[in-house]
Amino acid sequence: MSDSLEYSLAELMIAAAARVWRDDGEVLATGIGSGPRLAAGLARLAYNAGLMLTDGEAYLVESPVPLGPREVGYCVRASGLMTYERVFDCVWHGRRHALVMPTQIDRFGQANISWLGDDYARPKTQLLGVRGFPGNSINHANSFFVSGHSKRTFVSGEVDMVCSVGYNPAREIPGMRAFTDLRSIVTDLCVMDFGGPAHALQVRSLHPGVSFEEVQDATGFELFAHPEMGLTVPPNAQDLQIVRSLDPHNLRASVVRNNPAPRGS
Amino acid sequence: MIKQLDKQLSARDVVAQLTDGMTIGIGGWGPRRKPMALVREIVRSNLRDLTVVAYGGPDVGLLCAAGKVRKVVFGFVSLDVIPLEAHFRRARENGEIDLWELDEGLLQLGLRAAAARLPFLPTRVGLGTDLLKYAPHLRTVESPYGDETLLAMPAIELDAALLHVNAADRMGNTRIDGPDPFFDAWFARAATKCYVSCETLSESLASDDLALARRNTFERSLVTGVVHTPAGAHPTSCAPAYGWDLPHLKAYCASAEDLQKTTAYLKNVVGSDEQVYLQGAGDPSHVAALPLPIL
Repeated sequence: MSDSLEYSLAELMIAAAARVWRDDGEVLATGIGSGPRLAAGLARLAYNAGLMLTDGEAYLVESPVPLGPREVGYCVRASGLMTYERVFDCVWHGRRHALVMPTQIDRFGQANISWLGDDYARPKTQLLGVRGFPGNSINHANSFFVSGHSKRTFVSGEVDMVCSVGYNPAREIPGMRAFTDLRSIVTDLCVMDFGGPAHALQVRSLHPGVSFEEVQDATGFELFAHPEMGLTVPPNAQDLQIVRSLDPHNLRASVVRNNPAPRGS
Repeated sequence: MIKQLDKQLSARDVVAQLTDGMTIGIGGWGPRRKPMALVREIVRSNLRDLTVVAYGGPDVGLLCAAGKVRKVVFGFVSLDVIPLEAHFRRARENGEIDLWELDEGLLQLGLRAAAARLPFLPTRVGLGTDLLKYAPHLRTVESPYGDETLLAMPAIELDAALLHVNAADRMGNTRIDGPDPFFDAWFARAATKCYVSCETLSESLASDDLALARRNTFERSLVTGVVHTPAGAHPTSCAPAYGWDLPHLKAYCASAEDLQKTTAYLKNVVGSDEQVYLQGAGDPSHVAALPLPIL
């Protein structure tokens, strides 16, 4: 059945990313960026009715809010409030799983969105600042969404600025208690998790037409292959219908450069 | 009858009460509800060497562009729809400013510590990251109740806070009508002096619509001065009154390209007073018609 479906690589990634929340129960699902946000909406509607979403502004919603300009008469229907102050409370309490798009990720799962270069006083590129990464990473589950799998993102060595805590023993402070819980990384090549030796990254599934060697070549550190590494589960008809209805302006077309179809399709 | 409080000031009066080297907290969040009229008045002044504490947007960028900033204490500086704040970025990449970079929640904890007159608040946030490397003054503490090491987030004491609200009265009562009051209350409470600009200024906010009082997030005893600045958050948003001005924000960012363009923005757009600015921005009627952002 699904063989006859046509979908883009971005839609494949969004469907794969939605499944990161599948077994989370009632947590705040935060997807930052078009792809992650659509994934969170799909997860709420198709995989986990317990998920809490926001309208991106300040309200909790039970129906994911579509991306971009809305139909005339569309109203956000709030079921609760989620101001930024309450987001922090939620972060510190731990019932949240965020899907974010870091600029750099290293072998330890440490991520960077703050700046690039080797001189803090004068960065080569100033990015956003650490935002909520330090607090998120030590308090609740996190997954990553990477639209261009390359050595620029998956760096050798450590990221230029460790914004989020990963599984790096050298960074542990004696007596520190971390609730670090890195789940999945969905890229344009594959899906990975941190289930390798000592939390090393391992490839769980490859997207159609991608080899493990290709993923390894695009990564700045050693990857492991899960013993049952297979093909990434494709989106089904319901996944596609939901994603498309949540994205009437096709913002997902800009998730992956040139918006390709999966290979071989 | 005793004389009633009247805290009304002009933006210029506020800036006259600030001095070089002060630590100034700015309310709002990114491109939302920033006290831009007060920020622009600082840009027009001779103030310098400021330490700016903010969930930063064009407030931080503009002050950097004008050479007012010695140090930024921040969790991010971003315009959201335009993720990278061009003027902040240029100041950083030119090595012009000092930083104390913080997690968003840590910034709040620092304000909360100051607000409660505490030296610090304990947290796990920041442990294991480079925040500690680049802020070597940060210390950890051992829990007296168990075996755990925590970060002691120090109080961030502000000499002054600058906030923008929807409505205020002369006594310093305030109301934030947008859906998220952000952290303005903590800025107010962490500051020695707090100046609030407002869209509408009335004799009194007292009302028999008691639901409105829930939009008051900090009490008037914290408020030093009130400034009436219609459209005073422009080009940031002030929900539900108006949205951010995306074309203006784009032009503002483009002015970071070189010194000449920056100087032109400061001279011609920020201009010599707020009336000139608002006329250039399309006057308050244009601002009032700016649609709320849809995310």
